[in-house]
Amino acid sequence: MTTATLAAEAADARPRRNLLGLVLSETKFEFLKLLRIPMYSVATLAFPLMFFLLFGSFYGDAQTQGVTVARYMVATFGAAGVLSAALFAFGVGVASERGQGWMRLKRVSPMPPAAYFLAKIGMALLFGALIVVAITLAGAVTQGVRVAFLDWLSLLGVLLLGAFPFASLGLAIGYMVGPNSAPVVLNLLYMPMAFASGLWMPVEILPPVVQGIAPYLPTFHYAQLAVGTIGATPFGDAARHALYLLAFTLLFLVVAYVAYRRDEGKTYG
Amino acid sequence: MKETYVAQLERVTKRYGDVLALDEVTLRVRAGEVLAVLGPNGAGKTTAVSTLLGLLRPDEGAVSLFGTSPNDVSAKVRVGAMLQISGVPPTLTVREHVTAFAAYYPAPLAVDDAIALAGLGEVANRQYGKLSGGQKQRLHFALAMVGDPDLLFLDEPTTGLDVESRRDFWRQVRSFSAEGRTVVLTTHYLEEADALADRIVLLDHGRVIAEGSPAEIKARTGGKVVKAVTRLAPERLADLPGVSRVERVGTATELYTGSAEATVRALLAADDGLHGLEVKGATLEEAFLNITGGHGPADTGRGDGAGGVQAGTTPGDGRAGTTRGASRADREGVYA
Repeated sequence: MTTATLAAEAADARPRRNLLGLVLSETKFEFLKLLRIPMYSVATLAFPLMFFLLFGSFYGDAQTQGVTVARYMVATFGAAGVLSAALFAFGVGVASERGQGWMRLKRVSPMPPAAYFLAKIGMALLFGALIVVAITLAGAVTQGVRVAFLDWLSLLGVLLLGAFPFASLGLAIGYMVGPNSAPVVLNLLYMPMAFASGLWMPVEILPPVVQGIAPYLPTFHYAQLAVGTIGATPFGDAARHALYLLAFTLLFLVVAYVAYRRDEGKTYG
Repeated sequence: MKETYVAQLERVTKRYGDVLALDEVTLRVRAGEVLAVLGPNGAGKTTAVSTLLGLLRPDEGAVSLFGTSPNDVSAKVRVGAMLQISGVPPTLTVREHVTAFAAYYPAPLAVDDAIALAGLGEVANRQYGKLSGGQKQRLHFALAMVGDPDLLFLDEPTTGLDVESRRDFWRQVRSFSAEGRTVVLTTHYLEEADALADRIVLLDHGRVIAEGSPAEIKARTGGKVVKAVTRLAPERLADLPGVSRVERVGTATELYTGSAEATVRALLAADDGLHGLEVKGATLEEAFLNITGGHGPADTGRGDGAGGVQAGTTPGDGRAGTTRGASRADREGVYA
C-alpha cells in the first residue's frame, strides 16, 4: 500500500483496513501474551504430555476400541490438549480482559470486533497444533505408535475443527465469571469432562456409571471423532458425533451471547 | 447557522436499575476546546463519557460523535481515549501494546513517536506488568494518542498520580490542545479543571448544575471568603447577611459570602472579641461547594464511600490538598 492511498483513506475517514493483516498481527500478540504466562503455556503444553507419558507407561500395551491404548491416547491426549488450549484461552482471556477494562479500550478503538475473536481462535489453533505435534512425537518415541501422514492430518483437522464448542464454552464462561474465578470454574468443568469422556484413560475401563454419562458430554463426541481418524473403532458413527459438537457449539454461543449482553450493561466505571 | 459539535449528548437519560446515572443531560463539545466534566464520584461523569464513546446506550436522548453514531468506524478513527482501566495484558511490552493499537488506525503516529510522546522511550521493551504505576498510566496515554486523534477523551487521567507527574501530564494535554484539537476531560480535581479547561460542566447526581468558564464558575460563589477567629456559634454565623456557608478551619471559621462588606460589618458588630480577620477570593473548590449546596469532600453524595470533589493543591492558599476516595490506582503503589 502506498503513502498516497493511505492519505486518501485517512482523508475520507472511512478507511478500508486490511482485516487479514490485522488478524495476523493480533494473533501474534495474543500468542506472545500467553506464551509468556507459564500458567497457561506450561499447563496447556506440558500437562497433556506429562499425563500421556505417565498413563502410557501404565497400560499403553493394552487394547481398546480395536487399537493399542498408546495409539488411542495419541488421539485422546491430543484432544485433551487442544480443548484445554481453546477453553482456557477464551475463558481466562475474556474474563481477565473484561475485568481489566482492556476490552472497553478495544471497543472504543476502531478495531473490528471480529479481529479480537479471530485472533483468539488463531492463537488457540496454533497452541493446539503444537500440542498435537508434541503428543504424536512422544507416542512415536516412547510407545512406537506410528501414524500414517494422511491419518495424522485428518486427526489434526478433526482436533482443531472440533475445538470450536470448547472455545464457545470458554467464551460463555469468560463473560459469566470474574477473572479470579475463571480458571477455577474452567478446571471444574474441564477435569471431570475429560475424565468421564475417556480422554485420560479408555472409556471401556471407566466405571459403568461414568460410561453412562459420557455420551451426554461434548468431550466424548470430540474424542470419538478423534480416535476414529487413527484406526480405532469409534462408539457410534462420525456424523452423529459431529452433529453433537455442532449442537453444543450453538448452545454455548447462545449462552455466551446472553452473558455478553448482561455484562454490557454492567461494565461502567 | 446551527453550530456543530464534535461530540454531543442531547437530553440523555441513563438508569442502572433504580439509580439515575444521567438525568436529561445535554453536553455539547465544541471543536478545539478543552471541556472539563467536573463532579464528585458517582455524579455520572464516567457514564457520560461512556455514552459519548458508544460503550453504553442511553435509555433516552440522542448521542452523536463527529456527526454520526459513536459506534461508526469513521468516528472511532478520530477518537483517542484514556479510560479508567486497571490494566492491559501484563506480558506484552510497551512497544508491542502500542504497535498492536497503531494497527487499528488508518493514519497512526509512528510507534516510536507515540512511545516518546508518552515519555516511555527508556522502558519501550519492558513488559507492562513490570512498569511502575505512573508508567502504566503513561502507556494508557500512548494508546490514546497513537491513532493521532482529533478528539481525546480523558476519564480521570491523573487519579493517583503525584503532583509532579500530574503537572507533566497537564503540559502534554495543553500541547495537544494547542494544535487546535479537542479534549474532553472528567475529573474530581478542581485544580485540574481550573488548570486545563476552557469550559467546565458541573455534574452532580446525574444532572448538569452549572456550566461556564472557570472564571464564570468561580464568580458564582459571589466571590469572597471571610476568615476570622470568633466565639459566635455556626448557626448564628450562617444567619449573617450574605453568608451562604460556614466552615471551621482549625480555630478559625470561614464564611462564604456574596457580600463581604455586609458580612464583615455584621460580624464585627456581633462579636467584639473577634480577631484574625481575613478576606480573600474564593477558589473553584469553594465555588463548587457553594453551587452544590456544600456537598464536597466531606459528603460522599451517593453513599459510594469514595469521596467528593477534591481540591488537590488549592491555588491561592498553598495548602496541600487531601486526597480522599483512594482509587484502585492509588492502592497500586508507587508512581514514577
